[in-house]
Amino acid sequence: MATTVTSTKTAEKRKTRSGGGSKFPGPNGKGPKGNGNGGGKRDPRRGLSPEAYRVTMWVVIAAIVMMFAALSSAYIILSFDQERRLVTMPPMFFLSTGIIILSSFTIETAKRSLKRENEARYRSWTIATLVLGLFFLAAQVMGWRELAAQGVYFRSHPHSTFFYFFTGVHGVHLLGGITGLSYLAIRGRRGGRAGKLMPQETSAGLMSLYWHTMDALWIWLFLLLLILK
Amino acid sequence: MSSETHEAVHRHEAPKSFIRKYIFSLDHKVIGIQYIILALAAVVVGVTMSVLMRLNLSWPGTKWSILGTLFPTGAPGGIMNPDFYLSLVTMHGTIMVFFVLTTAPQGGFGNYFLPIQIGAEDMAFPFLNMMSFWVTFVGFIVILAAIFVEGNTTIATSALGVWLGGGSGSTVGPIGGWTGYAPLSAVGVAAGPGQGAGMNLWIVSIAIFCIGSLLGALNFITTLLNMRTRGMTLMRMPLTCWAWFTTAVLALLSFPVLLGGGILLLLDRTVGTSFFIPGGLVFGSSVLNTHTGGSPILWQHLFWFFGHPEVYIAILPGMGATSHILSTFARKPIFGYRAMVFAIFAIGLLGFFVWGHHMFISGMSPYSAMTFSILTLSIGVPSAVKTFNWLGTLWGARIRFTTPMLFAIGFVSLFVAGGITGLVLGQTSLDLPMHDTYFVPAHFHLVMGVASIFGMFAAIYFWFPKMFGRFMNERLGKFHFWLTFIGVYCIFVPMHTMGMVGMPRRYSQFTEYRFLDSIHPLVIFVSIAAIITALVQLVFYFNLIWSVFKGKKAGENPWEATTLEWTTASPPPHDNFAGVLPVVYRGPYEFAVPGAPNDFVMQTEPDASKAGSEEVGGNGHNGHKH
Amino acid sequence: MGRALAVIIWILTLGSVSLFFVKKWWFPEAISAHAAALDRQFVLTIIVVGVAFTAAQVGLGYVVWKYRDRGPNDRAVYTHGSNRLEVVWTIVTAVIFIGLAVMGQSVWASLHFNKAPAGAFQVEVVAQQFQWNFHYAGKDGVFGRTDPNLIDDSATNYIGLDETDPNAKDDVTHTVIAIPEGRPIELILRSRDVIHNFWVPQLRFKQDLVPGMNIRVHFTANRPGKYELACAELCGQFHYRMKSFMLVLPAAEHEALMALPQDQFQTRITELLAKYELPVYQQ
Repeated sequence: MATTVTSTKTAEKRKTRSGGGSKFPGPNGKGPKGNGNGGGKRDPRRGLSPEAYRVTMWVVIAAIVMMFAALSSAYIILSFDQERRLVTMPPMFFLSTGIIILSSFTIETAKRSLKRENEARYRSWTIATLVLGLFFLAAQVMGWRELAAQGVYFRSHPHSTFFYFFTGVHGVHLLGGITGLSYLAIRGRRGGRAGKLMPQETSAGLMSLYWHTMDALWIWLFLLLLILK
Repeated sequence: MSSETHEAVHRHEAPKSFIRKYIFSLDHKVIGIQYIILALAAVVVGVTMSVLMRLNLSWPGTKWSILGTLFPTGAPGGIMNPDFYLSLVTMHGTIMVFFVLTTAPQGGFGNYFLPIQIGAEDMAFPFLNMMSFWVTFVGFIVILAAIFVEGNTTIATSALGVWLGGGSGSTVGPIGGWTGYAPLSAVGVAAGPGQGAGMNLWIVSIAIFCIGSLLGALNFITTLLNMRTRGMTLMRMPLTCWAWFTTAVLALLSFPVLLGGGILLLLDRTVGTSFFIPGGLVFGSSVLNTHTGGSPILWQHLFWFFGHPEVYIAILPGMGATSHILSTFARKPIFGYRAMVFAIFAIGLLGFFVWGHHMFISGMSPYSAMTFSILTLSIGVPSAVKTFNWLGTLWGARIRFTTPMLFAIGFVSLFVAGGITGLVLGQTSLDLPMHDTYFVPAHFHLVMGVASIFGMFAAIYFWFPKMFGRFMNERLGKFHFWLTFIGVYCIFVPMHTMGMVGMPRRYSQFTEYRFLDSIHPLVIFVSIAAIITALVQLVFYFNLIWSVFKGKKAGENPWEATTLEWTTASPPPHDNFAGVLPVVYRGPYEFAVPGAPNDFVMQTEPDASKAGSEEVGGNGHNGHKH
Repeated sequence: MGRALAVIIWILTLGSVSLFFVKKWWFPEAISAHAAALDRQFVLTIIVVGVAFTAAQVGLGYVVWKYRDRGPNDRAVYTHGSNRLEVVWTIVTAVIFIGLAVMGQSVWASLHFNKAPAGAFQVEVVAQQFQWNFHYAGKDGVFGRTDPNLIDDSATNYIGLDETDPNAKDDVTHTVIAIPEGRPIELILRSRDVIHNFWVPQLRFKQDLVPGMNIRVHFTANRPGKYELACAELCGQFHYRMKSFMLVLPAAEHEALMALPQDQFQTRITELLAKYELPVYQQ
């Protein structure tokens, strides 16, 4: 009735066997309802299952959202000060908002192309998203110029600071997304079918999740700046 | 009949070089030990600082010559300056809360044992895991740098010191307390010594720490949700795992807020923004014209929104370890497993809604204060439930008084002692006399500084045999327990009454006020207890190091425990289970099962009636002593 | 071992509770109108705390005494818990804790949910590193204008009083606060630099002074005397000696004081500080 509790002797014997390869993955226990013997989704050559990576991406998103939530509440509290100056929303920010919404559509198209096994389309729409992302960042910078032209600077009043700060912090996170997109686009080009860590579909899914979050975040920040002027 | 074998996935090969094995290791076990070592080093710094504080408070005006030699500007002639004292307060708090209480329980033991207890061969992202430790380590170096940049006049006035913000030479860091309230923390050197480079380094260190913590949290959550072995359902996980999981979620949601706040504070200090600095401030006789519109209370909100979950991050792993260890040495299932899980959730969840109780008299809306107050006392309910369940676990038990068990029982005693005074501090009306008096440090030291540490001690003594294949010395361990247990009561209970008399926090001396004259004997008593207790910890360090090399050998399951870590070798092999992942058939605390041949049935045992009918591996009954 | 542990736990419990019981170190005698209710709530809470603390420690000691392992043939009770017990003790605890919480709001509400009563005596408090400044409105009852740009410590204009403002003519500033007995006091709290906290232990009251805010609080003191005033929020190096005094004066004496111009006011305060003694504190 040997269980895996054995004397040290047997354990040592097993150790020498464990050198390399594996035949079956150890399935996950999932959920409260019983054991995870359906663990076939996990391919030993690939590490974690796609669900696992999705969970990770949601976890990352949760952290990012919390930080922006903190900064947003700071903004809300500080916008109650009567001393602040009224800021006109730079027109460039309207343009950039449009761009980023469009880019969500392009990345979604890319993802769906991959589902339909159309790799070429996936790659081109990914690149399109990437380009739109860069245009977005450019528009943000131009928006800063428009702010300065109004006489609104980083240090004028904390309320004004946020126009720069939000775009800056968001831009940094978006740059992370652009880096990811570049990586996917390049890797796709090298004809990778099976990525080392995860299948292409998974990475495309994760990337689009992140990108949509960046889009939603910008829309939130934009509306916040617009409405709580 | 053969056990089911599940071939393990080989996620990374066993390392060969010394550097890959012990320095930049991807192995969660090594990383766990690294975190523990970091905490052991940090706590020495923290305790030394607190002893220095006690010396100053108890015998003001005494010339401590070593101090005078090391810090001639901060303690001229060996007598501590008030700013030097305040920087000790600040650094003590910061180092203890972050680099001791937020590292060892979670990053240390959690990293080591979470994967093993759920039957995985490593964390989900070993590389990120390694990064999380080294990032935290860099954070520690940065905060230690503050000691040198502020404490040494040569460094302080050098080009580096000036670039960092200007050091005073008379402190060992910033003087704003670990809470760093603005505008004191935001305006730089205008507000006083230590508020230049020391403050900047403090913020940067904490920001780095945030990132390390987030990387860790990521790993914990993904690993627990996705890498449990077959049969390890969520409700069969040891309570330690539930605690580590909830702690990770708390960290995930609270550290980003601190990071955000810290960035805003750093911008205020370096770039001239005014998030926390209102207009028209006057320092000396000059008006600060460069800032306007900021809100000091905003800093408090951001800080405490993080700060309150942080204290639960500090205590939850200890609670998990206590539940685990109590059950093991009581030889009895944990009383109310499900209730314990819900209590952990409730504490974690409610912990996000009570931050305002640190701010009742801050100028915040009194209506908000009232809401926070009622929510705060509600959080006492799940904590009480846990205490009842611990007592329930011990009732009808067959207790084996090993050192880890003593510390676990000590945890229960100290957690009650510390937590119960939350009922006082949590009421708005009662906070009026109590806020910022010694009643507050009495409360939080008992829960955070002592109960939490006892959880860690229990964990160390408990898991040491698994980690190193040897026992720690029981006699030294018991000596450590008795003196520490009595010592901490002597240190922190009198502080309650000191607070009631009216002793304010963060005073470098108490000589100015007549209403404080009566507490002097208590102050001395506390200091003597503190010094003795601090010295006793040397015994622990000696025991730890000596036992690694010379401790009595331990087998696979020396304590006759039931969870997965006790099914593998001591120490475990590189992939934890020697290529064969365990399969789980039952819950984690199956002790005293009727009909079973032994008084424990391991989680991997498919048939309880035949459990362990052959000799259990390891030392069998040698594991415990009365 | 179990017995020793139980005994030590009980001794520590006894010692801890005694420390409170002997009342040797306790709040100083209160002088404010709301203090009686507050002290009652404190005593009630500390009794609940004491009972819960003692019960838990006694219980802990009892179980470790009684349920020690007596040998290999001795098994513990195999139980996973009791749902009924969980419900019962959760509800009981919740009722007690939330009950206390609700009760603990009433003094707070009485102080903070209403504005100061009409006819309250107003004092403007301007805190700075490391000194208290109190601004009295004088006979006209109107505070003169202040401006941070007018602050000049060397000229002892600590609060930046605008001398050109007619309302400022009869204003007086001093580092000591003198309030009338038995009449509601309204403090208008401000800070020049960092956060401070106004605290007189006998008042059973404290409040942060936050730069950028004007915080209004009110209370009533009902025993004449001289009391020490301390800062209760870390404000920098000399936080430990940001000290002053609060004088609570009989109505007539206070009115006479408030009628004095600045220089006579200062002299009179010095006399009053000598006249009134600090409370006698237990040693």
